[in-house]
Amino acid sequence: MMLRVLYFASLREALGRAEEQLPLPTPANVNALVDALRARGGVWSSALAADKRWRVAVNQDMVAVDAPLHAGDEVAIFPPVTGG
Amino acid sequence: MFKVLVQTADFDLSAEVAALRNGNPKIGAIASFVGLVRDLNDGAGVATLTLEHYPAMTEKALTAIVAKANARWEVIDATVIHRVGEMKPTEQIVLVAVASAHRAHAFQACEFIMDYLKTQAPFWKKEVTAEGARWVDAKGSDDAALSRWNQ
Repeated sequence: MMLRVLYFASLREALGRAEEQLPLPTPANVNALVDALRARGGVWSSALAADKRWRVAVNQDMVAVDAPLHAGDEVAIFPPVTGG
Repeated sequence: MFKVLVQTADFDLSAEVAALRNGNPKIGAIASFVGLVRDLNDGAGVATLTLEHYPAMTEKALTAIVAKANARWEVIDATVIHRVGEMKPTEQIVLVAVASAHRAHAFQACEFIMDYLKTQAPFWKKEVTAEGARWVDAKGSDDAALSRWNQ
């Protein structure tokens, strides 16, 4: 299945991209997606390391890492928010 | 219908409160909060602050937060305005105003919305100081402020 993956703020700058289309085998959840990204190595494995603080939203709702993913989902990965 | 806006333009507190009152005699209290850009953060002078956000999600997240407050307190009406883009110290960043029949509901709903906004709405601050640009780190105290609403 294809996913639209977005990156924001410090993560966007570290990874050097704002968005991409990413194919992922089904069934998959957020963990599987992040594992696939980490497998690229380099900054991908360090910026998305398990002990780093990052958050995920699927279709604009914040979710936990075991949330399931479906074809066409918009997945956003970003650092903890700092608005207000 | 609650008013939720994400905009680059500044806002006028008096005008927003007047719009919130709207001549409604059921409103007995309005609590409001305005967040400002400070000139000092983590020991460094701030020249400019840039707010990035996730446009598709921002208003949806803010609307959900206001709905949560409305489910918990007797909110007659509410306004949330959050600015994005570049700002300088002393400028206004965010407004939360809540109208209710009584002050306790207005005060608490206003604070609840701010605490949730701080930890759940997709905004990120980047500040420019004399040492260069840096992303602002999320604060543990914001998570603590949020968790007290679940006690």
